[in-house]
Amino acid sequence: MAKSPEEEHPHKALGWAARDSSGVLSPFPFSRRENGDDDVTIKILYCGVCHSDLHSCKNEWGVSSYPLVPGHEIVGVVTKVGKAVTKFKVDDKVGVGVMVSSCKKCDCCKQDLENYCPQMMLTYNSINHDGTKNYGGYSDMIVVDQHYVLRFPDNMPLDAGAPLLCAGITVYSPMMYYGMTEVGRHLGVAGLGGLGHVAVKIGKAMGLKVTVISTSPKKESEAINSLGADSFLVSTDPAKLKAAMGTMDYIIDTVSAVHPLLPLLSLLKLNGKLITVGLPEKPLELPIFPLVLGRRLVGGSDIGGIKETQEMLDFCAKHNITADIELIKMDQINTAMERLAKSDVRYRFVIDVGNSKL
Amino acid sequence: MAKSPEEQHPVKAFGWAATDPSGHLSPFKFSRRETGDEDVRFKVLYCGMCHSDLHSIKNEWGNSIYPMVPGHEIVGEVTEVGGKVTKVKIGDKVGVGCLVGACHSCDNCVNDLENYCPKWTLTYNSINTDGTITYGGYSDHMVANQRYIVRFPDNMPLDAGAPLLCAGITVYSPLKYYGLAKAGKHIGVVGLGGLGHVAVKFAKAFGAKVTVISTSPSKMKEALEHVGADSFLASRVPEQMQAAVGTLDGIIDTVSAVHPLLPLLSLLKSNGKLIMVGAPEKPLELPIFPLLMGRKTVAGSIIGGMKETQEMVDFAAKHNITADIEVISMDYVNTAMERLAKADVRYRFVIDIGNTLAATKP
Repeated sequence: MAKSPEEEHPHKALGWAARDSSGVLSPFPFSRRENGDDDVTIKILYCGVCHSDLHSCKNEWGVSSYPLVPGHEIVGVVTKVGKAVTKFKVDDKVGVGVMVSSCKKCDCCKQDLENYCPQMMLTYNSINHDGTKNYGGYSDMIVVDQHYVLRFPDNMPLDAGAPLLCAGITVYSPMMYYGMTEVGRHLGVAGLGGLGHVAVKIGKAMGLKVTVISTSPKKESEAINSLGADSFLVSTDPAKLKAAMGTMDYIIDTVSAVHPLLPLLSLLKLNGKLITVGLPEKPLELPIFPLVLGRRLVGGSDIGGIKETQEMLDFCAKHNITADIELIKMDQINTAMERLAKSDVRYRFVIDVGNSKL
Repeated sequence: MAKSPEEQHPVKAFGWAATDPSGHLSPFKFSRRETGDEDVRFKVLYCGMCHSDLHSIKNEWGNSIYPMVPGHEIVGEVTEVGGKVTKVKIGDKVGVGCLVGACHSCDNCVNDLENYCPKWTLTYNSINTDGTITYGGYSDHMVANQRYIVRFPDNMPLDAGAPLLCAGITVYSPLKYYGLAKAGKHIGVVGLGGLGHVAVKFAKAFGAKVTVISTSPSKMKEALEHVGADSFLASRVPEQMQAAVGTLDGIIDTVSAVHPLLPLLSLLKSNGKLIMVGAPEKPLELPIFPLLMGRKTVAGSIIGGMKETQEMVDFAAKHNITADIEVISMDYVNTAMERLAKADVRYRFVIDIGNTLAATKP
């Protein structure tokens, strides 16, 4: 007979879970495994609210298993380490991102690309090897294999740094892989939300010229004055789009709703690259002529490996890059989700788990 | 008052043209310019029939100007050269592909990428700098700037080599640019037609393992025994596609009809590349999850620059690569177009202009 979430594992835990596709979250007592030899137990202090959490709570991708405890931008302090743990000690400030396990044997894993391992296990809404469910960071503690735990740089604020664990690596990895690092090149960032605003900051730190591409004209002032973008393009304005045609070397497309690709492709120069990191639940329309006539490409990217995630955190710490956040308590999460659905946040909610009553 | 095609230029010419979107071709008298200092004039011996010719004569891309003399896989023998021509001499065997002009000053042109010049001039259905329309290779002779003349290697048969001037460069260029032209890579080729069969031959010459992916199971025997592919996937047989998931480094997709991309993306390994060289006129559906989950890309490519086109022809000559062709007479061209529309050709029609055009002159 299946055990209840509270009884599955030896250590009691408290979190908030969605119970059904309404996506409404509420208190959820469950349990975490014993700290194994390779494991680290973390008392969670903060957890970022990623748009993926919202997609998952509402089963928008059709793969959600309830009850579902979301959260994969987790920051906290180590409270216990297993016998074989060498990377961390008690009291270290650490983070956990989007994955908590992979096979460690395949070509992807051996090349530090655990995120592309066919057996990569997500931090939440996935099944453990023992058949139990994984629950994410909207909770008081988590137990994770040391390999998948990130060291938080000393000078990085824990709350504003938490979103880097998903949003940060999600834009940093393709910027590196697709070569968006040549000083002076022109990067377009489509969508100014959690991912987009971090992409602007990282792009500027790499010495790129950055244009924000958005459907919301009211975001212009923030984009330029607060985030440091060089220019702003309203993508629904045909005259502005036309004037910017063929001016960008690359575009990071962070938009997770269905949207037209043709206007974005036309902004690219010859050999230009459009990299999608948002996850619309329906296919997009891809016009082929702009690809063929301009030798352009559309590519995807999905977070990053652990080694690269650590590299990204260290890069951000060096350049004083953190997310712009709105700190909330756990019992405000449902309101925050409603606001997130309307993009009403500058630019990431972060749950102050450590100071919330769960 | 606009001059007639026969009067626009000083040198009389004769070919076959389409006069409306029915695409029906018939004898057509027109004229070509004098041989300028940088020009090469040649008698056309053969011209390949590219599927683009069919799209164009029927105005399927919506930009056709009539009357239209198609043909951009043109091979012939030099009859006259301008005073500044150093590349070739009278009697040489030469070819012209899809391009006859570009600006020569933009970054693309300076980097031997005339095919990406925003001011390119196509061999047919394009406007010259003097405002006249360009007429292609279904004609008795051509004149072109030496930059756009390809030297034909001595050992390359003129008829079977002609299709390389479009089909050949169209697949050669992306195989090199996207890093797929390497020994040990596993390349998929979608569509076994004019482009596809040449793609298989080039990929094999680069040392790759090649799988042909086709909706026609009847093409399997040909693909394996005749064209030289290592394996064949019937794309509408789910078990076969499933068994090949995650096996390909790259795919060259030559299909110009609308078709699903998801099955092709699944065949790619992580970091795999799907390269579109066919250009469907409607957008295709791009599922985003598979793109992200394997860091895959969908990209495009169109022909190649002149330097690369010469390199491709020389490479093909060295490796004995030519197209598999069916030689036809000029007056068979309308029937050939009907057959081409049904993909009923192994794998390119080539018009024997030298021996059959003159007889059709009224």
